[in-house]
Amino acid sequence: MSEESLWLKQKLDRRLLLAGSLAAVGGTVAAAGSAREETSRAGHGAAASITAQEPPTHLAVHGAMITVGEVDDAKNGFDPMKLLGDWDTGSVSKLPDGRTLRSFTITAEDKEIEIAPGIMFPAWTYNGRVPGPSLRATEGDRLRIVFTNHGSHPHSMHFHGIHAARMDGVPGAGLIDPGEEFVYEFDAKPFGCHLYHCHALPLKRHIHKGMYGVFVIDPDPALHSEQEAVARSRLLGTPENASWQEFVMVMNGFDTNFDDENEVYAVNTIAHAYAKKPIRIVRDKPVRIYLVNVVEFDPINSFHLHANFFDYYNQGTTLTPTLRTVDLITQCQAERGILEFHFREHEPGLYMFHPHQSEFTELGWVGMFDVVESVS
Amino acid sequence: MTDVTQSPSSVPSRTRLVWIALPLAVLGLAIAWLISTDPLSGFRNGAPPVENLTFERTILGPEGIQVLVRAGGSEPMTIAQVQVDDAYWQFTQNPPGPIARGSTVWIAVPFPWVLGEAHTINVLTNTGALFANEIDVAVPTPTRDSMSFASQAILGAFVGILPVAIGLLFYPALRGVGAVGMNFLLSLTVGLLAFLFVDALEDALELADEAAALFQGETMVVLAATASFLLLMAAGRRSGTPTGLTLATFIALGIGLHNLGEGLAIGAAFASGAAGLGTFLVLGFTLHNITEGVGIAAPILRKRPPLWTFAALTLLAGGPAVVGLWIGSLAHAPQWSALALAIGAGAILQVVVEVVSMQLRQRVGGARTLLAPTAMAGLAGGVGFMYLTAMLVKI
Repeated sequence: MSEESLWLKQKLDRRLLLAGSLAAVGGTVAAAGSAREETSRAGHGAAASITAQEPPTHLAVHGAMITVGEVDDAKNGFDPMKLLGDWDTGSVSKLPDGRTLRSFTITAEDKEIEIAPGIMFPAWTYNGRVPGPSLRATEGDRLRIVFTNHGSHPHSMHFHGIHAARMDGVPGAGLIDPGEEFVYEFDAKPFGCHLYHCHALPLKRHIHKGMYGVFVIDPDPALHSEQEAVARSRLLGTPENASWQEFVMVMNGFDTNFDDENEVYAVNTIAHAYAKKPIRIVRDKPVRIYLVNVVEFDPINSFHLHANFFDYYNQGTTLTPTLRTVDLITQCQAERGILEFHFREHEPGLYMFHPHQSEFTELGWVGMFDVVESVS
Repeated sequence: MTDVTQSPSSVPSRTRLVWIALPLAVLGLAIAWLISTDPLSGFRNGAPPVENLTFERTILGPEGIQVLVRAGGSEPMTIAQVQVDDAYWQFTQNPPGPIARGSTVWIAVPFPWVLGEAHTINVLTNTGALFANEIDVAVPTPTRDSMSFASQAILGAFVGILPVAIGLLFYPALRGVGAVGMNFLLSLTVGLLAFLFVDALEDALELADEAAALFQGETMVVLAATASFLLLMAAGRRSGTPTGLTLATFIALGIGLHNLGEGLAIGAAFASGAAGLGTFLVLGFTLHNITEGVGIAAPILRKRPPLWTFAALTLLAGGPAVVGLWIGSLAHAPQWSALALAIGAGAILQVVVEVVSMQLRQRVGGARTLLAPTAMAGLAGGVGFMYLTAMLVKI
């Protein structure tokens, strides 16, 4: 009897506890509701607090969405800032018939490069750099490219241009084993913005490992009398050309874990290189970009310029634009072209450029033009 | 003189010392030879080191996302970059530098995560290897404040303590049962315990699968369950076969260990947003666990234990759910939940054995008691009830 009553007493306490528990659960639900609002606000606050640390202006625009650290350019052996304009015009001599002979020396070699801060990539390279040397010739030149393979796999140089089948750089026509040498010889035509890449198999692997480069053929003004001024502005070495600011941009990507998806995207290999160090542009001088897309695994890449529009010469084989006044162009794999624009009517400042595939942008392919009044 | 008297015993002991030192010396020589002459260099084929990274905890807060990662590579691993949803983000690593095999570091990313949505964190090492961690549903991780402690205690009470107390409340009603009824109740207990054993072992193995490889999850679960079974068997039989209150206490302990593991898992699931906490789900757990109280009551129906023992048994069986929830929501790693569940499984197996042996002693019928229709009905009832109520809580 007494036991029963004790039981009841205990149970009563329990019931009180239960009622209290239910109230508390209700309270928890209400609290969770208010916490929800707080967190969403806090979330934005977190993003804002990153910019509140006041990094340099050119970094502030990326917020916290950027790679951490710096790439060791010296160890890589190439500086992305220099890659923008270091043309390889070869060694020039005259042929008996008076034509210009341009000779280039290219060596294939294996090299581990740092493609984003701290991320090493076992690349296959031309002359130890990715992209390979930016070759530049003039329409009608005779070209001689002495290619040596010091790599661990068979390689070749397949030029996008007009040449004989036996100079094509495919298996059986200039594809060489490690330790061998081959000389590609053909005329520089047609003028335009082209590329070269290895055509050994499997093609996808040989290209994405780093075997590609820009191959620009400038128009010969003498052959384009109706548009001589335009042609002269494109021809390296003329005063007209010197008034332009020219840049090479190779849009590439790296599949670091070999799952046929790129982990890093960039122009000229190094993720965020031109986001961390903007490209200096003098306001008064026009800008010309030789843009090449060699990204693998994704069928299309693109280029979008902020706050400005440009004229586009698809593949660069015409002297009149193929697209006028656009701020975005797309390029398929191996597609390329020339972009021309200026900032004459703009105020100085930082102007962003990136592909409009947000994914590529957020994985490293984004940069800035730092437009200034004049070179100090 | 002392030499003479000691020599007969000291010589064998010295010999024994030599025979301990010799194998160790051989091991030392083998290691020294391996390191100095590198005879295995032929196996080195230029492949990058094997890398493995396990995500053990994820914390979402106003400062962004923090993850605890454990390295399991053949060599120390270096984290180069971190992506959230396929975008590179600034991050800090604490402590910085290469991560030795088996060590953990915290990675903090100031990422503005979105409540209720999914995110993926990718960690890239210096070799370009990528390790991904999915956040299925982003919800703020519970913090160590008294408010969430209290609400977790309430949840734990509903899941663990309340059902056991309710089950024990049947005690007065069950006291009058005869031998057949007793046999039924004990079989019911065996049935529900058998269900819990399978359930705990399955959950433990599943969690073990998520743990870092170096913990050898599955082996750990089997060993821990066996060890806890044997230890508790030995402890229980120290002064004869456990009966009455002792057996009830062992049942409560087994169920308590199971509830600890369950609490850890539930706490972690709610903390990671993997499960939404609905009233229906909580009531399901309450209903599911009511038979646990009946099971604890069964061995003491013929005794008259003091009232406080009921409170103690309730706390022993149900209380660990509260503790489990607290720990699980704050410091969860799959290997610890797996370990708790494995120990619980071993403990439950021990009480199954003891309850069955108690049944055997109930009647002269011996083994036939176990196969009597009432016993079969009890087993089916226990397993069936647990299975059906589990439908309410399995997601």
